[in-house]
Amino acid sequence: MSTYAQKKGFGATLWDFLTTVDHKKIAILYLIAGGFFFLVGGLEAIFIRIQLAVPNNDFVSAGLFNEIITMHGTTMIFLAAMPLVFAFMNAVMPLQIGARDVAFPFVNALGFWLFFFGGIFLNLSWFLGGAPDAGWTSYASLALHSKGHGVDFYILGLQISGIGTLIGGINFLVTIINMRAPGMTYMRMPLFTWTTFVTSALILFAFPPLTVGLVLMMFDRLFGANFFDVTLGGNTVIWEHLFWIFGHPEVYILILPAFGIFSEIFPIFSRKRLFGYSSMVFATVLIGFLGFMVWAHHMFTTGLGPVANAIFAVATMAIGVPTGIKIFNWLLTMWGGSVKFTTPMHWAMAFIPSFLAGGVTGVMLASAAADYQYHDTYFVVAHFHYVIVGGVVFAVFAGTHLYWPKMFGTMLNETLGKITFWLFFIGFHLTFFIQHFLGLWGMPRRVFTYLPGQGFDSANMVSSIGAAFMGLGVIVMLYNIIVTSVKNVKVGNDPWGDGRTLEWAIPSPPPFYNFKQLPLVRGLDAYWLEKMDGKKGMTPAEPLGDIHMPNSSFLPFMMALGLFIAAFGAMYHVNDKAWALPVMIIGLLVTFGSMFLRSVKDDHGFHIHKEDLMDDDDKGVKA
Amino acid sequence: MHADEKFTYETWPAAPEKSTLESKNKFLGFWFFLGGETVLFASLFATYLALKDKVPSSSHPLAKDLFELPLTFVATMLLLTSSLTSVYAMYHMKNFAFKKMMVWLGLTALLGAGFLGLEVYEFTHYVHEGHTFTSSAFGSAFYTLVGFHGGHVAFGLLWCLTLMFRNSKRGLDLYNAPKFYVFSLYWHFIDVVWVFIFTVVYLMGMVG
Repeated sequence: MSTYAQKKGFGATLWDFLTTVDHKKIAILYLIAGGFFFLVGGLEAIFIRIQLAVPNNDFVSAGLFNEIITMHGTTMIFLAAMPLVFAFMNAVMPLQIGARDVAFPFVNALGFWLFFFGGIFLNLSWFLGGAPDAGWTSYASLALHSKGHGVDFYILGLQISGIGTLIGGINFLVTIINMRAPGMTYMRMPLFTWTTFVTSALILFAFPPLTVGLVLMMFDRLFGANFFDVTLGGNTVIWEHLFWIFGHPEVYILILPAFGIFSEIFPIFSRKRLFGYSSMVFATVLIGFLGFMVWAHHMFTTGLGPVANAIFAVATMAIGVPTGIKIFNWLLTMWGGSVKFTTPMHWAMAFIPSFLAGGVTGVMLASAAADYQYHDTYFVVAHFHYVIVGGVVFAVFAGTHLYWPKMFGTMLNETLGKITFWLFFIGFHLTFFIQHFLGLWGMPRRVFTYLPGQGFDSANMVSSIGAAFMGLGVIVMLYNIIVTSVKNVKVGNDPWGDGRTLEWAIPSPPPFYNFKQLPLVRGLDAYWLEKMDGKKGMTPAEPLGDIHMPNSSFLPFMMALGLFIAAFGAMYHVNDKAWALPVMIIGLLVTFGSMFLRSVKDDHGFHIHKEDLMDDDDKGVKA
Repeated sequence: MHADEKFTYETWPAAPEKSTLESKNKFLGFWFFLGGETVLFASLFATYLALKDKVPSSSHPLAKDLFELPLTFVATMLLLTSSLTSVYAMYHMKNFAFKKMMVWLGLTALLGAGFLGLEVYEFTHYVHEGHTFTSSAFGSAFYTLVGFHGGHVAFGLLWCLTLMFRNSKRGLDLYNAPKFYVFSLYWHFIDVVWVFIFTVVYLMGMVG
């Protein structure tokens, strides 16, 4: 398939990506779009640290600072971390279970385009009158009084991208339940597949409350409703509940796939099976379940009362138990293994102490009584950056290096990868470790500047220098990507040499139908088992036959575009613009028209014939 | 079994809604979707309960001043009956009786339209009483919860009509049977949500 693409012109390749329903290409789209937003959010972080480097700084104004911190948080969570995690889920999970694609390839493409247009819409706010400025949590009491359209961009953009995430989650759930290869029982699934499964369930139940919260806020701001207007009987705490009923599971939606990636890396590079596989599965499911029971620990100071605070404090601390199980299992996977210090392994080993530090401060914050002291200080900022950067971002870097050859057919340079690691690792701890103390010394979060002589000066300077190191690390990685893409040295099925799961048994990148014959799975670490039996590849579970594949379609793009257009109409309709209502109607017509077209036009897909498969040159590949 | 195969009464499978991989996926995926919808409506119910009768002044009408049981009872009966007719439609779908299925689906759509008509009448009536979307937090929560349900009914109606119109000439096969089945699942879900709305909003609204 890749040779095909090279023969085509740029226009044809672009059209191919605009209409693709192939999970591997959608993964690349997620990686590019998520990577782009990661750079945007990173730039915003650099601006924050420049502003705070010295006291009384005027690099940005107070108002602009609010916009930058709001967009930094929103972009990093919704538009960078989630899509990057989705990129790996799309790229790897169907291969790990031995499937030819996801259950709903069309929906998969639709999910991507919804996320993409939602993200673009949100970021257009910079050029259309100012970005949202009520914080990434957008508490109603602030958001309702925010002037201009910033918060409207937040509400509408997140609704569009949220629908995309929700249908993506449903898609992965059905794929894992229905499309596993023969012999791939639940307890033989690789741990990354398990975490994708549990994460998808969390998405399914966590995103609807966010959607409802956003809809209520939209009604209040744009259509005159009074959900959060206290003078008309409203209640702003409803927003806090709805947001955090989504917001806390969201933390686990991000971290569980990260755990999954590390649970792949440790066995591969320790050349030893994952220690305590069953307890890892159990811990994953338990974390997913408990994740829904703890949302009010974000609201200890809201005033829910001592009973509610006590219950949520205990539930929160309980999550430390399954997470601890995981930490010990990773350590014991390395114990006695023959460890190879590759770039992904560097990230994985650095992840354990970094994430653990975030977990420990998490237990500190979970004590409701003590939380009154930490609340709204830099201690909280340090805590969540330790878990999200030390957990999720490290996993994204690790996953990028680990799966790059599988996604693109060429290896990233190991030396440059390690330079990236050391720059980013040192920069990360330099930036955020000192922030624990800044918080304990009394520096509040979300302030645009501070006065000199309070003991904050040198600590803030240290933190800003750390941010520069992280920026350098990212630049080295971009350089690495460009250099290795230009060289484009092709690699074989199992470039790391120690792959254990099915994705390493097929070519890199895989043919568009993934498996010529579905593989027979004989146990956990299916490919490793075959290798240990002296075989080169998987034993096929079926005779060579026709393969049914879905057709490409431009409709997902159009459906998402319609909502993107309609959102502008909904937003400017409050300004009494004559064109606003027609634009909203046209946008909705595009979306519903595309849905109607999808409904009435039959799409049976197509078959690749057995004869064509036999002609394929990669005859050496068994499965 | 292929999706575009031709069938007779004898060859028609017992569970046509899930006899290909595509339809199995659709069937399971839709159940998950309904799981998400359940949480969506749960959030709206919670919001409504928190904001029930929360009005800016004592002159604003409250739940007990507004709701009239006869009207909502008729609406409830219409919607419950439409669920029954959609069951009959699915019974005939499983027996490969295309025409009978279409008749029952038509009846389902008709009952759904009747329900929507009553809801529109009910809403205009409330607006005249001073209970509007913007008059109070109670109004916002009421119209959002009940309106979300009404919107789901309207979408279901369009869906049903599109399916009937598209397949009117070609009869049943394994490509469209799951589509009809999934629609009926959706329709039952809407019905269940209404049972909760009838209880939580109207009955509980009458007693206090």
